[in-house]
Amino acid sequence: MSGAKWDVAVIGAGPAGLAAAIAADKAGARVCLVERESRPGGILKQCIHDGFGLVRYSQKLSGPEYAWRDIQQIKERGIKLFTDTFLLGLERGKERFALTLQNSKQAVFPIAAKALVAATGCRERTARQVFIHGQRPAGVYTAGTVQRLINIGGHLPGKNCVILGSGDIGLIMARRLTLEGAKVLGVYEIKPEPSGLTRNIVQCLEDYNIPLHLSTTVSKVHGSERTEGVSICRVDEKLRPLPGSEEYVPCDTLVLSVGLIPENDMLLPLGTEIDPRTGGPVVDQLLATTLAGLYSCGNALHVNDLVDYVSESGEIAGSAAARSALGKQNCPRHVPVIPRGDIHYVVPQKLDIAAGGQGIIYFRAARTLADASVEISAGGQALQQKKYPAVRPPEMERIVLDLALLPPGTKELSLNLRG
Amino acid sequence: MEKMLVCIQCPQGCKLVVSYSGEQVTVTGNKCPRGAGYAKQELINPCRTLTTTVKTAFVDFPLLPVRTLGEIPLKKVFGAMGEISRLLVKKRLRPGDLVLENLSGTHVPLIATDDMTMGEQNVKGSEICG
Ligand SMILES: Cc1cc2nc3c(=O)[nH]c(=O)nc-3n(C[C@H](O)[C@H](O)[C@H](O)COP(=O)(O)OP(=O)(O)OC[C@H]3O[C@@H](n4cnc5c(N)ncnc54)[C@H](O)[C@@H]3O)c2cc1C
Ligand code: SF4
Repeated sequence: MSGAKWDVAVIGAGPAGLAAAIAADKAGARVCLVERESRPGGILKQCIHDGFGLVRYSQKLSGPEYAWRDIQQIKERGIKLFTDTFLLGLERGKERFALTLQNSKQAVFPIAAKALVAATGCRERTARQVFIHGQRPAGVYTAGTVQRLINIGGHLPGKNCVILGSGDIGLIMARRLTLEGAKVLGVYEIKPEPSGLTRNIVQCLEDYNIPLHLSTTVSKVHGSERTEGVSICRVDEKLRPLPGSEEYVPCDTLVLSVGLIPENDMLLPLGTEIDPRTGGPVVDQLLATTLAGLYSCGNALHVNDLVDYVSESGEIAGSAAARSALGKQNCPRHVPVIPRGDIHYVVPQKLDIAAGGQGIIYFRAARTLADASVEISAGGQALQQKKYPAVRPPEMERIVLDLALLPPGTKELSLNLRG
Repeated sequence: MEKMLVCIQCPQGCKLVVSYSGEQVTVTGNKCPRGAGYAKQELINPCRTLTTTVKTAFVDFPLLPVRTLGEIPLKKVFGAMGEISRLLVKKRLRPGDLVLENLSGTHVPLIATDDMTMGEQNVKGSEICG
């Protein structure tokens, strides 16, 4: 029961999976793409606002336009795309991964692949995960659900909305709800600074006179059938509620924009090592996980803020998976990349120094720093330095490292961020 | 007179200082020329790209994502949303296809940004003719 045999199977046809499949095909592999929804494009299908593709295409495209460019290539290359198809089971055999898929045409069926790319994206944090008290009335949604309801379904989820969290998706939805005729009463952010891009504060909130309340959070949802209001309260520097600062805001809808979590449930039975800081697998610069033949990219690897870099990671994972499936991969030799100073996380967590070429290193700062500099060093010797006027946790940074710079006998690399 | 602005033309979000007296406008803080153009426009008449959806006559693709091909005055955005809410797309469009030539008298076209022909083969016979 092994079914059709592929060199590379890609799970998830969002921008990461699309780029991975195209890259694997270019590298000469027989590749198939598995998507549980009826159309490819992933989350971009519902991101109808513009601002995508500035790095990759030097243009301000909307989400669907950005995805469409890759989807056209998938079609032109004749890459096999299973839509409405769910991955039910995944096992690592001796030479191949055995996948169990399900769809309405073929029911439950097996396929086998020499290499696998996990491009399953991320999911949103929910009310339970941010400890909001109260019953569970209707009218509490994550920002992504609201985005889907409005942009794909054509439903307005409420008339008077409060938004918790100032991430970009929440800001974009504040504008979208307003344009569609709802009243957005305010955006509440527990931290002392907004987590979204300043341009989104300007064009989504200021343009429409929507107030932004910093160091403020929602502590309770009122209502039993439908949300009737929320309690908000101010917090101190340690994010603890300030006694006596509680206020009641009547509203019928609470929209949560409180963070994304990489989606890797399907990998857990395989025993791949997961980095608790990113929520995604531990990888090297080829995006190979700790399990031979398994690659990870896009938001499943770590939450990205620009889709352009999601596609970049898909290309890296797809071509590496193809080389591995076609037996063109050298035996890896790994050294760890150690985050130091004010680094929150670094991807990749290790480098395959046998691979040569370049390695792209992504990192996030643990806190906002002005006049920051990051230094990559090996054995006490500085290899590369980069300066930034400012670094902020919501903005991912990217460095390209030339592996030829590594001194012979390198045992580990360190990445040190200082303000 | 001086005014502080944040350029929204790209994710860099440069902090701009605009000084003006009469016709004379100088912009500093912009990392590229687009910032200066943005600041000058912002003083006279702020303009934005509008992205939204239009109803369609197809059950498998009930809403078509659209955007303005260029920017329209911010103060015309709600009027434009009203006009867009009365539109119905009766043909299967693809990204870049024209939905409306002149949105709300701005002389800016409205274009489709998604491909309505995708997935069409799955639902043959479900089209409402228009
Ligand atoms: C609500 C939301 C809004 C966002 N808005 C923006 C934005 O405005 N700008 C921006 O740059 N970024 C935005 N992002 C980040 C965005 O997710 C990334 O830029 C990019 O879309 C991630 O691409 P991806 O391919 O990794 O994941 P996704 O686009 O999420 O694609 C993952 C795909 O995998 C499929 N899948 C998952 N599990 C399975 C399975 N078991 N079997 C089969 N298929 C599966 C999913 O159906 C999906 O199609 C947003 C994210 C979210 C969640
Ligand atoms: S001035 Fe140029 S670089 Fe700066 S935000 Fe505007 S467009 Fe971007």
